[in-house]
Amino acid sequence: MQWETVIGLEIHVQLATKTKIFSGASTAFGAEPNTQACAVDLGLPGILPVVNEEAINMAIKFGLGIDAEINKVNVFERKNYFYPDLPKGYQTTQLEKPIVGAGHVDITLADGSTKSIRIHHAHLEEDAGKSLHEDFHGMSGIDLNRAGTPLIEIVTEPDIRSSEEAVAFAKKLHSIVTTLGICDGEMSQGSMRFDVNVSVRPKGQEELGTRTETKNLNSFKFMEAAIHKEVERQIDVLEDGGKITQETRLYNGDTGEARSMRSKEEANDYRYFPCPDLLPVVIDDSRLEKLKADMPEMPDAKKARFIANFGLNDYDAEILSGDQATAHYFEASVAVSQDAKLSANWVMGELSRSLNQSSIGISASPVTAEMLGGLIQRIKDNTISGKIAKEVFEALWNGEGTSADDVIEKKGLKQVTDTGAIETMIDEVLAANAQQVDNYRAAPEDKRGKMIGFFVGKCMQASKGKANPGMVNQILKQKLDG
Amino acid sequence: MYQKTIAEQSQALASGEISSVELTQSYLDRIKQLDGDINSFITVTEELALSQAKAADERRASGNADAMTGIPVAHKDLFCTDGVKTSCGSKMLDNFIAPYESTVTSKFKDAGAVMLGKTNMDEFAMGSSNENSHYGPVKNPWDKAAIPGGSSGGSAAAVAARLAAGATGTDTGGSIRQPASHCGITGIKPTYGRVSRYGMIAYASSLDQAGPMTRTAEDAAIMLNTMAGFDERDSTCLNREVPDYTATLNDSLEGLTIGLPTEYFASGLDSDVEQQIRNAIAEYEKLGAKVKEVSLPNAKLCIPAYYVIAPAEASSNLSRFDGVRFGYRCEDPKDLMDLYIRSRSEGFGEEVKRRIIVGTYALSAGFYDAYYRKAQQIRRLIRDDFLNAFKECDVIMGPNAPTSAFDIGSLNNDPVAMYLSDIYTLSVNLAGLPGMSIPAGMANNRPVGLQVIGQHFDEARLLNIGHRFQQATDWHTLTPALV
Amino acid sequence: MAIDASEVQKVAHLARLSISDDAVDATTTTISSILELVDQMQAVDTQNVEPLANPLDATQRLRADVVSEDNQREKLQSCAPAVEDGLFLVPRVIE
Repeated sequence: MQWETVIGLEIHVQLATKTKIFSGASTAFGAEPNTQACAVDLGLPGILPVVNEEAINMAIKFGLGIDAEINKVNVFERKNYFYPDLPKGYQTTQLEKPIVGAGHVDITLADGSTKSIRIHHAHLEEDAGKSLHEDFHGMSGIDLNRAGTPLIEIVTEPDIRSSEEAVAFAKKLHSIVTTLGICDGEMSQGSMRFDVNVSVRPKGQEELGTRTETKNLNSFKFMEAAIHKEVERQIDVLEDGGKITQETRLYNGDTGEARSMRSKEEANDYRYFPCPDLLPVVIDDSRLEKLKADMPEMPDAKKARFIANFGLNDYDAEILSGDQATAHYFEASVAVSQDAKLSANWVMGELSRSLNQSSIGISASPVTAEMLGGLIQRIKDNTISGKIAKEVFEALWNGEGTSADDVIEKKGLKQVTDTGAIETMIDEVLAANAQQVDNYRAAPEDKRGKMIGFFVGKCMQASKGKANPGMVNQILKQKLDG
Repeated sequence: MYQKTIAEQSQALASGEISSVELTQSYLDRIKQLDGDINSFITVTEELALSQAKAADERRASGNADAMTGIPVAHKDLFCTDGVKTSCGSKMLDNFIAPYESTVTSKFKDAGAVMLGKTNMDEFAMGSSNENSHYGPVKNPWDKAAIPGGSSGGSAAAVAARLAAGATGTDTGGSIRQPASHCGITGIKPTYGRVSRYGMIAYASSLDQAGPMTRTAEDAAIMLNTMAGFDERDSTCLNREVPDYTATLNDSLEGLTIGLPTEYFASGLDSDVEQQIRNAIAEYEKLGAKVKEVSLPNAKLCIPAYYVIAPAEASSNLSRFDGVRFGYRCEDPKDLMDLYIRSRSEGFGEEVKRRIIVGTYALSAGFYDAYYRKAQQIRRLIRDDFLNAFKECDVIMGPNAPTSAFDIGSLNNDPVAMYLSDIYTLSVNLAGLPGMSIPAGMANNRPVGLQVIGQHFDEARLLNIGHRFQQATDWHTLTPALV
Repeated sequence: MAIDASEVQKVAHLARLSISDDAVDATTTTISSILELVDQMQAVDTQNVEPLANPLDATQRLRADVVSEDNQREKLQSCAPAVEDGLFLVPRVIE
């Protein structure tokens, strides 16, 4: 049977505020346990929450970034359940009146077409702490530093049909929230966490199959693998005549194993009700107008501009507009190089490769956008060849110079463009390879194109790569054919 | 000196007639002598009190004292006090030394007031008789067989027995007014949002409000001057100017229109209590007030609405008591579930558990609309009744409770009967209005208080109304025999 | 709405409370009588009435995003039942 996969995502995005959503404690990552958990975060008796203005602003920006309705009156509610990482015994969240209403995120599919994924809503809530399961005499340790960190939870409609689409969506969302500056995008620190709802149904069937939810996936890779695995599992179960149980599952990214969670726990009854310690948040027009005026260029608009202004193809434009830092780097390098295509090639090629190898972000690149721009200029004005350029790049990467010119100068890499010098060198090469010269001249016209490569190689070797390859080619031809 | 009011003590301190250390010591001596029997304090902070008194005397000597500087007061044991046990009347918090200070108590600290200790109360402020305390019931200084009222029964009894010059209380459904009424003292619950709730252990967040419990309206005005005001740590605390509540105490009552709700004088009201209330109202007529009948058609619904909203909020507010970060933890929990269930079942008393169960039920799937939502709708009807009534009158008067204080043990096995006795006080909390009780007579040899309900933010008016009555009558000067 | 003993037990469990077997009947009776009391509400028509959460119809004030709380771990954990290496200890959490 042909099966169709149906996927809906819930994404928790940690907002990049300085303080918690309801307290003035810092949200900085990596502090000693419980040193950033104040009385409010610990839920001490008598404490009260006050809403962080920046969390509201960031949620609104997200809504504006996905063309969503902003609910001008939104309400915090309590979701009641007991868990050690949930200090108050309830999570303050939004249910009936979330801050962000319906919107959409558009993704580009493998065939180049565009698909719109509908966002059901996005709401503000507080993050929980962490349970550490190292062995404390058979006990778990609770760290509440993360408790109270502001999150937006984004809920999609079940519009996604494959793990590839899910990843494209996730990357696009990453690009949106980092462009907006509302999330640091650090997946490894849990800044974006995905819950994946998966079901399958026979192709053509209208009714949705029973879904499972796999929680807390914090990398694109894990998400893709977890979906694959779950889809396969569901199809196996169904094809064996079995039934899918609606359940929550856990996927272990390190082992690649998945299993059911909380199956013995009773059905949850969260007893939501409006939080009586907080009042309705009313967003006035002046706040909305100000935030609208401050909106950065969103990835879709940026991509369109890259295509229109820089003549990039769709693929390059998509990648270069994908995250704020890359786009910024690219544009800064073009400003110097004055050549968008070459800048694009270098950013997506040599630079990206080096960044990956060293596992560093583009904003921390030792080769700055200005350096790269300068390097490209020297390629364009024939100061260096493409091959030498790679050497210059490597030197810049290793900190062996402050600019391309500096490296070229220090290492004497300037291209030889003096016709006399090149002619002398070619004469020497031809004299040393008389046999090959005879062979060449005896060969028919259509074979000669290939054979000339041998002499070019020898010449470049002799010049240590500094001879201008175009000139070498031209003079060689004259001498051999002449 | 302990017979004097805060206003008089303040003058005596100012004139040098007495020092705060002497005054404080005299209260500490009285507590030692009398409180073993009355049980109005859970914790007496003798050393702290004397050091604060000493500091207050020095502050006075340096010339920057305010009215509360050096005045010995007691705080209900649900205000978190840094470094001092804060039990909320519960076994759950018997070991809880609060690591921070509530806004209310820190304001008293800043004013240079002396804290004598923390007063007894119904556990987590749930109760109308002070019998629901882990630390045992409080006795009414007027008659030790009687309850002092609740939940601020310790504060009321301490002030009535002259064990403190004044005390703080909190009122979620009558917990300042009813014990004030039963103990023959003055108590005012301010408008919701007038006093910060930060550091006040929550019972029902949308109803809780702190206020002063004193001998006179003038003293209540002095204490409220210290307590009231905006606090950026409480989202529900209103940013609105605080008047000097003592400035208008003597204003004339000429032309004041008093509304008497028919529903507050219907069946169920003890006839002796009714007589005292009517006498008090006649006194107001002599002072120039006019009396008018008004109606609060949904008044009776305050009981069901309150007994859904308060337990629902409480069930959630009390979830944090789980044996993990503070408070009682059961012995040798075998797993996480066992830790939760035994810590909570052993740490909470019966009435608290009862209300948590009712509240949990009211919020649970399938019942939310019929209970919690319905109750919040009725809450609106009740508030709107008041807003309508206030189109015809300036203040509303009536009883605080259907009877004077009942006997200890007479109702504590019948929660519903106990709940019904809150009929006259609950609506004020649901509507967020200020309400005051002032001594207005005796019934069954036990005190009767007159309840005066004002419009939002009309505390100054209420205190003025209380003060003028106390200038004209002497019910507030009566003293229990043991004093 | 009447409530039976098993429902009372279920709700108690949801609230992480236990009721001993010999107390279940008495508790059920009391809870039922309280529910009977609050059920007086059901007779009231509230169809077009907006629920009232705050009696003054106030709205939320917002706080500036400025760090105002420093590390108070030692003090805040002084009242904790079990702490090690700065962590609150609980019986092992199984996911």
